[in-house]
Amino acid sequence: MKKYSILLIMLIALGWGCNDEAFLDKEPTNILLNDQIWGDKSLVLSVVADLYDRVPEYQTIQGWWDFASFDEGFASNGGDYWRHKNQDYGYGEWSNWDYGLIREVNLFIEKCGTADKLDPADKAQFLAEGRFIRANIYFELVKRMGGVPLITESMTYDFSGDPSYLRKPRAKEAEVYDFIIKELDEIKADLPKGSGTKSRATQGLILAMKSRVCLYAASIAKYGANTPTVTLPGGEVGIQASLAAGYYTKALAAAEELINSGDYSLYKKKENLSENFANLFIDKGNNPEAIFVKDFKLKSGKVHGWTLVNQPWSQAEDLEGGRLNPSLNLVQSFEKLDNTFETYSTTQANGDYIYFDSPKDLFVGRDARLEGTVMLPGSVYKGKQLDIWAGFMLADGTVIKGDNFGARKTLPGKTAPEYVVGWDGPIDNLEFSAQSGFYVRKYMDLAVGSGQRGVNSEVWWIRYRLGEVYLNAAEAAFELGNKAKAATYMNIVRERAGLVIPLTEADITFDRVVHERKVELAFEGHQLWDMKRWRLAHVVWNGESTELTTNPGKANEVSTRVFGMWPYKYYNPGGANDGKYVFKKVIPAQVTNAHRFRLGNYYSEINSTIRNNNPLIVRNPNQE
Amino acid sequence: MKLRLIIVLGVISGFLASCGYDNYDEPGSKLEGKLVYKGEAINVSYNDVTFQLWEPGWQKKGEINVSVNQDGSYGAMLFDANYKLIIPSNQGPFRSITNAETGSDTILVKLAGNKVMDIEVEPYFMIRTPQFTVSGRDVTGTFKVEKIITGANAKNIERVNLYVNKTQFVDFRANVVSTELAGSSVTEGTTVTLKATVPAITPTQNYVFARIGLKIAGVEDMIFSPVIKVNL
Repeated sequence: MKKYSILLIMLIALGWGCNDEAFLDKEPTNILLNDQIWGDKSLVLSVVADLYDRVPEYQTIQGWWDFASFDEGFASNGGDYWRHKNQDYGYGEWSNWDYGLIREVNLFIEKCGTADKLDPADKAQFLAEGRFIRANIYFELVKRMGGVPLITESMTYDFSGDPSYLRKPRAKEAEVYDFIIKELDEIKADLPKGSGTKSRATQGLILAMKSRVCLYAASIAKYGANTPTVTLPGGEVGIQASLAAGYYTKALAAAEELINSGDYSLYKKKENLSENFANLFIDKGNNPEAIFVKDFKLKSGKVHGWTLVNQPWSQAEDLEGGRLNPSLNLVQSFEKLDNTFETYSTTQANGDYIYFDSPKDLFVGRDARLEGTVMLPGSVYKGKQLDIWAGFMLADGTVIKGDNFGARKTLPGKTAPEYVVGWDGPIDNLEFSAQSGFYVRKYMDLAVGSGQRGVNSEVWWIRYRLGEVYLNAAEAAFELGNKAKAATYMNIVRERAGLVIPLTEADITFDRVVHERKVELAFEGHQLWDMKRWRLAHVVWNGESTELTTNPGKANEVSTRVFGMWPYKYYNPGGANDGKYVFKKVIPAQVTNAHRFRLGNYYSEINSTIRNNNPLIVRNPNQE
Repeated sequence: MKLRLIIVLGVISGFLASCGYDNYDEPGSKLEGKLVYKGEAINVSYNDVTFQLWEPGWQKKGEINVSVNQDGSYGAMLFDANYKLIIPSNQGPFRSITNAETGSDTILVKLAGNKVMDIEVEPYFMIRTPQFTVSGRDVTGTFKVEKIITGANAKNIERVNLYVNKTQFVDFRANVVSTELAGSSVTEGTTVTLKATVPAITPTQNYVFARIGLKIAGVEDMIFSPVIKVNL
């Protein structure tokens, strides 16, 4: 009996539980619902912040290794030597097909459009930001894949068993560029003006991005003529040559509107021009040049390890560093102060070495951006001089070197061992040593602790800055035949780098345009896209193992392998040159193969899964 | 004891015998041949020229890529089936010939057992009478260029190269020395001479491999002469 009454009580209790709707119908505590988000400005901001963060990027400070994929840098890290050993780039490399993200952005735009609890001004800004992010994603897609299906609303499957109505063909490459330009034009008025906001879309960003987008479209239209097979009959890849002038005009107009608005100015806060250029990337307080950045913050979890992985070994704050070594290919591209190009000469006419009192003497009289971009032997970082020298060179030409940082050996004629190699290397095959003879400087944080794993760095990543906009304007003006204007804009950027002798109209050539972007925008993620749009990639990275060019100012010189420049201390007791430095051009031992960019690499492969799911998608050219 | 041994052996042999049930047969028919122009092999660089085999009738589409060796030969192990062979456009230093059977560049391949099949293509140029002579460490190559495709579809020569390598793989990537002559200074039908000085090779070997390459303007893949072993 007792048993039955207990059972009865339990049944009644269960029944009550079911009757009460509120008991089971609870609001979830782990996710936020639409109504909750779209009623609160700060919650919408977190949603849009997440979308900003997810736009794909290639070559950023969060992935140092991508900078070693071409000829700008050597990867001094055991797991990345393959970058200098493999030959072809895979057809699938750099591909992206993230329509899941596009769907989320489309949903954001749709929901934002119907939200009624937000302040109208906020709503307009969020809507514009959503459309900016979508345009940005399409820009990333079109750079990589060519024309892609333009999906501007969220698509939903009706579970009818036939999903074919969701299949959309690829748009023409020009159509995607036009879409991006149109979106940017339409949303501009809804965004804030001025240089105060840097990590969200602004009117300045719209103009900067528009100048870049138009420039890309224009150069594909113009230089596509050099690669007639890199096209598709439907226009999904390739832009008609006749459209080039129109795009160049738009690029110039957008860049000039931004320049003339006066909202931004070039960063000129430091007396020392190299220091000034290096500071441009790490100074987050009132930086007048940065237009759009990805920001980081210490102790928030959103930090990056660029400084940690690239810090010079001699002063590393942790047990790693020195990974990205800028190549001699890049270092020799920085011109002399009289606007001429010259490779570094290390030997005299009679075949003997040139002897330098200080290792830095080899690099004096060059573009100030050199030391702002690269740490040279003898450069100072965090208040301490770097220790880059590869060994002792004896009078008979033999070299005494060590196989570890700061190794000690006894020199001939001496009794006590002493250091025979610098604490930064260079030592072949030793990871974290400066195997090319250089370390990277751009974006390297000067804050104490930025080289520690537990702290890391909060230096931001600049995606758009005024310096690039000036070069966009210069390039567009040059292509439109207005060389005087091109020279004016280019000189503004060069003057900041200490190149005070202005270039004249006659100096402005295509080679100049290419070269200026190379030295100004090194390690900023432009190289691959620039080389692609100029259709230079298959010429410069042609797979042939050639010697380092002696003509660094020429745009189409082959540069398939990474070279280095190593300083040695000259040891000749009693001799005049004892203790001085000599230099040797080297090719790091890990560089065994030449890069080869095939015609099929210009547009990344759309893989067979995508093509099987949607047979309307045509394949990119030259990949079979 | 003996019984246990018999059981263990029985189980093992059972395992081994069942492998045949669990696995598919491997492809057993070999399709091989050469890319030829009027019976003459087309020499190309390794891993650069490929063609595709498609087997229709499956739900998902995916091609079998077959790459062509340096001497123009190819080989693929396949299942018996009816294939469609396609040389994609822009592939190779040649253009495909319209197939009489299909009326397009598609070639039907009916595979039942091993098959030898040469694929006839039409190259833009052929390198004729390549000859190599040696004096000291200088390798001299002489050859003539014949323009095969003329008229509206003709293309120009971008450059010709003499490539020398220490291994049998000889092309623009794999060489110890190469000399180049711009296409503008090459006349069809006249003898062209290229000379290269072979640098010191470690470890020392008293022979090298040489061949002539021709780059056609606007075509990615080069056409070559056969690889010749040259004694120094």
